[in-house]
Amino acid sequence: MTDQKPFVDIRHAKKSYGTLEVLKDINLQVQKGQIVAIIGPSGSGKSTLLRAINDLDPLTGGEVWLEDKQINKKLPHRQYEAHINQVRQEIGMVFQHFNLFPHLRVRENVTLAPKMLKGITDAEADKLAEEQLDKVGMLERIDHYPSQLSGGQKQRVAIARALAMNPKVMLFDEATSALDPELVEEVNLVMKKLAEEHMTMIIVTHEMSFAESVCDRVLFMDQGVVVEEGPPEVIFRNPTSDRTKEFLRKHLAGQHP
Amino acid sequence: MQKVFPFFLEAAWITVLLSVLTTILGLILGIIGASARLSRFALLRFLGAAYVSVFRGTPALIQLFILYFGGPQIGIQLDAFEAGVIGLGINAGAYMTETMRGAIIAIDKGQIEAARTVGMSRGLTMRYVVLPQAMRLMIRPLGVNINAMIKATALVAAISVVELTYTAQRFIGSTYKPFEMFLIAGLLYMIIIYITGQAVAWLDRKARIT
Ligand SMILES: Nc1ncnc2c1ncn2[C@@H]1O[C@H](COP(=O)(O)OP(=O)(O)OP(=O)(O)O)[C@@H](O)[C@H]1O
Ligand SMILES: [Mg+2]
Repeated sequence: MTDQKPFVDIRHAKKSYGTLEVLKDINLQVQKGQIVAIIGPSGSGKSTLLRAINDLDPLTGGEVWLEDKQINKKLPHRQYEAHINQVRQEIGMVFQHFNLFPHLRVRENVTLAPKMLKGITDAEADKLAEEQLDKVGMLERIDHYPSQLSGGQKQRVAIARALAMNPKVMLFDEATSALDPELVEEVNLVMKKLAEEHMTMIIVTHEMSFAESVCDRVLFMDQGVVVEEGPPEVIFRNPTSDRTKEFLRKHLAGQHP
Repeated sequence: MQKVFPFFLEAAWITVLLSVLTTILGLILGIIGASARLSRFALLRFLGAAYVSVFRGTPALIQLFILYFGGPQIGIQLDAFEAGVIGLGINAGAYMTETMRGAIIAIDKGQIEAARTVGMSRGLTMRYVVLPQAMRLMIRPLGVNINAMIKATALVAAISVVELTYTAQRFIGSTYKPFEMFLIAGLLYMIIIYITGQAVAWLDRKARIT
């Protein structure tokens, strides 16, 4: 790792639900332009960690920083709201179940937030929607409603919606897990394209081959701790921990962990 | 027989007027009530919940009697029609509060998360993401509330508002035909309710997302 200051910095992250400790002192530093995959069995805390980054699931201990801003600052309600709405504009998030707005057309799904938050004109919004949808190959569906799209198309629109805010980091929580197998590739291609453009990304995934091909670094989590981390060729080909080996063995055998 | 018809038509008009005004009042109180029930502030949530349990937990007839007969004792002077609209409106508002709240909380949490993660505030999320979807969901159940409320307007006969039920009772004395009188009133109610039902169904179709 270089001596460069981390872009996303998670320090001593802890999270409990009652007596259940879901995250136990996790540290994660991501440099600008880096792509990090988080893998691990179900319930290991991957989503919780990812969702702590934009404070969707606030941590019970530890700090999250984006560049020189602390994201999970303790502030009075009003100030916190203003602060978090500001930092969230810089963090794009893509969900397993897309969460497109069903009452809005593809175009408005992409432009709603920029229009509300960045005060752009209708003409600028149209241009923005066209640009972003073109990037994910969904331009010809711009006037459709989400219900008229396939899962893969929905997810591509969801990515365009996140990109329209021009985020500094993109978070993906199992973006392809809800898709039929034949639709996974079109979403992976869009993510690869973002990788080529050096978007900083943190990707929770069950797809080992995809993680291996696009990521700079892989974290293996189990029971709320990072068991092992390193470059993909090491984690996937030469893991040191028995837990990692066990997980990969089950996973590569096609079993769900 | 013939000469009672104009009175029935007049009475039907009063029933329609009562229904419309009560619906408007009920919707306004429903919006206020649902906002209170979903508020960030515990006191407002408590007040909203209290409103709902009091007015759904007691007979509408008792509420009308307290307002109309008991009101003057505490300085509230209302004529029968006013008491009818206000009493039924407050009652309908309690049901509509729960209907609206139900539709709002039925919206998938993922919708709210998606809006919040791009930086939209609670207010913007409510206005542009949750409410447009919840409003579509609440049309039919609000239609059910309105249907129940139209039928409940018959109760105001008991505080002598000259609407359909009161008029039917009033002509029994002179015609000795209770069967026919109540049948006419029933038919007129049915027409009013049918038209309302059609209007609700039309709105629901129009609001559907393609
Ligand atoms: N709101 C909550 N209340 C209580 N427990 C929760 C809550 N959310 C998550 N958990 C628990 O936290 C643990 C970690 O959950 P998390 O969703 O982060 O796992 P994950 O690694 O993303 O799993 P998956 O691969 O199934 O998505 C699980 O044991 C889960 O049951
Ligand atoms: Mg998860």
